[in-house]
Amino acid sequence: MEKRAVIPSFANYFIMGLLAFVYVTPVLFMIVGSFKPDMLVLPEAGTWRGIFPVTVSLENYVSVFERVAFERFMFNSAIINGLIVGLGLLVNAPAGYALARLRWRGRQVALGFVLTLMVIPFEAIALPLFYQVTVMGWRDDYLVQAFPFVAFPLSIYLFYSFFLSMPKELEEAAYIDGAGIFRTFFTIVVPNAKPAFASVAIVTLLMFWGMYLWPLLVTAGPSVRPLPLGIATFYTLPPLQWGDILAFGVMMVMPVLVVFLIFQRWFVQGVASTGVK
Amino acid sequence: MSGRFRKYLHVNASDAAAWGMAGPALAGICIFILTPFLLAVFLSFTNLALGSPLPLEFVGFRQYRVIFTDTGFSRALLNNLLFLTGIVPTQTLLALMLALMLNQRLKGIAIYRTLFFMPVVFPMSLIAVIWTLIYAPGPDGLMNTFLGIVTFGAWEPRDFTNHPHLALPAIMLLSVWQGVGFQMVVLLAGLQGIPENLYEAAAIDGAGRWSRFVHVTLPGLRNPLIFVIIITSILSFRVFDQVRIMTRGGPRNATTTVVFEAVRVGFDRGQVAMGAAMSVIFFLIVLLITVIQRRLLKQEGVQ
Repeated sequence: MEKRAVIPSFANYFIMGLLAFVYVTPVLFMIVGSFKPDMLVLPEAGTWRGIFPVTVSLENYVSVFERVAFERFMFNSAIINGLIVGLGLLVNAPAGYALARLRWRGRQVALGFVLTLMVIPFEAIALPLFYQVTVMGWRDDYLVQAFPFVAFPLSIYLFYSFFLSMPKELEEAAYIDGAGIFRTFFTIVVPNAKPAFASVAIVTLLMFWGMYLWPLLVTAGPSVRPLPLGIATFYTLPPLQWGDILAFGVMMVMPVLVVFLIFQRWFVQGVASTGVK
Repeated sequence: MSGRFRKYLHVNASDAAAWGMAGPALAGICIFILTPFLLAVFLSFTNLALGSPLPLEFVGFRQYRVIFTDTGFSRALLNNLLFLTGIVPTQTLLALMLALMLNQRLKGIAIYRTLFFMPVVFPMSLIAVIWTLIYAPGPDGLMNTFLGIVTFGAWEPRDFTNHPHLALPAIMLLSVWQGVGFQMVVLLAGLQGIPENLYEAAAIDGAGRWSRFVHVTLPGLRNPLIFVIIITSILSFRVFDQVRIMTRGGPRNATTTVVFEAVRVGFDRGQVAMGAAMSVIFFLIVLLITVIQRRLLKQEGVQ
C-alpha cells in the first residue's frame, strides 16, 4: 500500500518540528516565566532564556497564594463545571433518547425546537438573560453560573444522533421482557452509550470551563468566581507582577491539561464528532 | 424525513413517560434560551435603561436607528468583518496544512497532534493575558524580538495592542493560535474518512499528487471544510474575551466588536434596550451565516 507521504520524511520532521516549536513557544514562555524571578520575566522575554528554564524558583507560586485565594477560584470552577457537565448528562441524555427512539405526541415539534435553538449563540442571549436573572434577584452564586448551560441543545443533538445509530436489539429484548422505559434506559441503554457520554462530557467541558462573559455579568466578588475571571482580575491587580500572573496561569491550566493528555483520544473524538456528521 | 425515522421508533411510549424523559431538558432550554431570546427581541423595541427615571415605553425601531448612528457599533461590525476576512482563510489553510501533515503514517506523529491541539483546552482569558505579555512593547518583547529576527533587524519595535493598525491583527493572531487545533482535528477526521481505494484508483489512472489532492482529497473534505469555514466565520463574530481583557475596544475603537459593544452598552452603561438591539443584530448575522451553511450542505445532498 502506498504511503501517503507528501514530502520526504526528514524534511517533514524538520518542518513540523519548526512549526510545532513556534506553536508551543507561548506555552513554554508561560511555564518558564512562572519559575523565574519576577523582575526577569519581561527583560528576558526576547532571549533564549525566555523559553528555556535557567532558574527554577517557586517564589511566584507562593506569591500567588499570598495575594489571592487561588484555591477558591479553582474550587469554584470545579463546582460550576461539575454541575454543568453532571446535570447536563442527566437531562440531555434522556432527552436525546426520547427524541431518537420513542414515539410520542410532540416529538417532531420538540426535535425541531431543539435543532432551531442550536443556532442561537450564547452571546446573543447573554444580556437579556442577565436582565432576566437580575429581575429575579438571582446572582452571585454557583447555580446562576451553571443552570443556564445544563440543558444544552448541542448535547441533546449529539445524544440523539448517537442513539439513532445504536443497534436496537438489546433494548427490544428488555422491552419484550416487560421492562419500563426508565429502567431500560438506565440499565440497558446507558451502559452501552459510554462513548457518547464521554464525548458530550468533554465537549461541554471544553465549551464552558473557559467561560468568561457570563461570570463577568452575574458575579460581583471573588467568592464564587471561576478561574477564567480569576486570571483576568488577577492580571489587573496592582502591582503588575508578570511572574505571579504566569504562575497563576500554569496552575490554572494544569488540571485540564493533565485530563487532556490522559484522555486525549476522547477529546479528539469528541471534537471531531461535533464536526463530522 | 419522518418516514426514514419511523423504523427506529420501535416503542409506543406513553406520552407521559416520554415527556418525563425529554421534559427537564426541554424546560431548561425554554427558560434559559428561548425566553431570553424573546426577551431580547421585546426589549430592543423599548427604551429600558437601568436607573432611568423614564417610564417603560415602546419606541419602535429607535434603538436600531441610534446604534447605527451614535455609537462605535458600525465600527464594531466593520472590525468583525475584517476579523472574518483575516482569520477564515488563514485558519482554514493552516488547519488543512496541519491536517495533511498529520495524516501521514510517520512515527511520533501523535505528539505533533497533541501539541497543535493543546491550546484548544486553554481558556481565552488566559491566552489573552499571556499574549499581552508576548506583545509587550519595546525591544524586549517576545513578538518584537521574533519579528526582529525574521526580518534581520529591519523590524522596529511596536506597541501592538495600542497600535491603531496592529491591534486588531494582533488579536486575530492569538485567536488563530487558539482555534486552529480544533479545525485541524475536524479536517483530520474528514481526511481519515476518505476511502484509501479512491487514492489507489486515482494513482492507477496516473493521477499525480496534486491531481489526487484536487480530485480526491478536496471533494472528500467538502463537508468538513464547509463546517470549519462556517464555525470560524461565526466565531469571528463572537469575539469578546480577548478584546475585553487586552484592549477594551481601543485604541479609538480599532478593536471593538459587536459583542464587546453590546456588553459595554447593555451591561457597563445599563442601557438594556440598546444592548438588546445589538444582541438581536448579532443573532441575525449568525443566523445568516448558518442559513448559508445549511444551503451549501443541502446542495451536496441533492447531487
